[in-house]
Amino acid sequence: MTDVNTLIGKPWRKPPFIKRRWLRWVLLIGAVAYLIAAYMTIDVNWARVYEGLERGKQFVLAFTSPDFSTRSSDIYEGMLESVIMTIAASVVGIVISIPIALGAARNIAPLPVYLICRSIIAISRALQEIIVAILLVAIFGFGPLAGFLTLSFATIGFLSKLLAEDIESMDKVQAEAIKASGAKWTQWINYGVQPQVMPRLIGLSIYRVDINFRESAILGLVGAGGIGATLNTAFDRYEYDTAAAILLIIIVIVMALEYISGVIRARVQ
Amino acid sequence: MLRLEKLVKTYKTGDQALKAVELEIPEGQVLALIGPSGAGKSTLIRCINRLVEPTSGKVYLGGVELTGLSSGNLRRERRRMGMIFQEYALVERLSVMENVLSGRLGYVGFWRSFLRRYPQSDIDEAFRLLDRVGLAHMADKRADELSGGQRQRVGICRALIQDPALLLVDEPTASLDPKTSRQIMRLICELCKERGLAAIINIHDVALAQMFVQRVIGLRFGAVEFDGPPEGLTPDVLTTIYGEEDWEATIEKVDEDDAEVAI
Repeated sequence: MTDVNTLIGKPWRKPPFIKRRWLRWVLLIGAVAYLIAAYMTIDVNWARVYEGLERGKQFVLAFTSPDFSTRSSDIYEGMLESVIMTIAASVVGIVISIPIALGAARNIAPLPVYLICRSIIAISRALQEIIVAILLVAIFGFGPLAGFLTLSFATIGFLSKLLAEDIESMDKVQAEAIKASGAKWTQWINYGVQPQVMPRLIGLSIYRVDINFRESAILGLVGAGGIGATLNTAFDRYEYDTAAAILLIIIVIVMALEYISGVIRARVQ
Repeated sequence: MLRLEKLVKTYKTGDQALKAVELEIPEGQVLALIGPSGAGKSTLIRCINRLVEPTSGKVYLGGVELTGLSSGNLRRERRRMGMIFQEYALVERLSVMENVLSGRLGYVGFWRSFLRRYPQSDIDEAFRLLDRVGLAHMADKRADELSGGQRQRVGICRALIQDPALLLVDEPTASLDPKTSRQIMRLICELCKERGLAAIINIHDVALAQMFVQRVIGLRFGAVEFDGPPEGLTPDVLTTIYGEEDWEATIEKVDEDDAEVAI
């Protein structure tokens, strides 16, 4: 026990995160030096930037006169393909992620199952969508099938991981109470676990639909179908007004999804 | 009816929560398990229905030995042991009715429970129980809309609809105010008497335990230190269970409480 009188009248400070003073300073100075060195390696060609500004300006100005009509049938087909790709991939991805998420939650699954499911998630998350799409386009050829498979695959990594984490942080006692009644494993999941993670599952699913739709616009750039292909063509032809129209439609759809997800999440909470 | 033989639980950390506990409870007896935090009260109760696996020892419920059962048989035996929890442990996002009916999960198949198509007899019994605890009008409310006392009543219904022979009750009043605590304790004890159930009630509040039960077990460091009627809890006994403290006030309070109950 310290004598309280030795503490009275002395200032108090929060103990520093790094206890050794010299180490603290070395780390700080090192970080600053690294930042300065890193910035000095950036090589900017200002003449090129000046030329580019003009093209940038045209692109931005195109948003004031977006052209929906000239390539309306291309835009329509691309959009439809993107939407179908998004919905199909989200449904398939979510259905597959749920069992994987159960397997990847340490408080539910035995160790071998846990390790297998965690590796599936790790693989899915390590491979970026574009890389997967390039591979799948090489296998299945150009078109929305490759995009659909890519998005399904990416959805599994995303949703399983976040859902598994939600399952791991659930209230143990509620689940215990269901177990104590003599419930079977499936009943235990349905009554003890599912109600606790349902809002999160729904929220994540809608968020993933949102991401899948935006990704579907990118995947077209590597030939995996969807609106991205149309967008890419517009850029290649310097048709910024058509590109602007496509981007505006994407923005509107994403905002609509955002709004819907807010409404649904408020309802399921 | 329930018999524990040399029940030992050692946690992975090396903490010995239960040291060869021997206990026998006859049919229909309600007993209180008292003791300081960490004495192993919760562990003891959970070792009986194997929410916690005992390290060694035996548990007999009726004629059946529980510690060696396969998971299927254990589920069947768990139906005979209703459990009531400290923080109610209702599934918060399910309705009151779903929570009560979840006590029947051990009796109905998966699809019936998944589709919430319970047999009419279960639904009738659920309404009868909810009515008995005064909550029949709340059946379709979500569990998290209820107050603490109401939630615990739902918890009681969930345990009773299992049609158990034994109630395992873990700190039923720990998060309730003094008045609600008494009401809940009284309700549990009345229902046990009505249905002839045996019960083990973990409880912090010594005075409350003395008011309602016929037998008290005092647990200290995982061993039984006291086993007797509530009147046997003298200051000396409380000191052996809990450690040195002025116990006169607690015991006096008991007398007052008793007087009040008598009125």
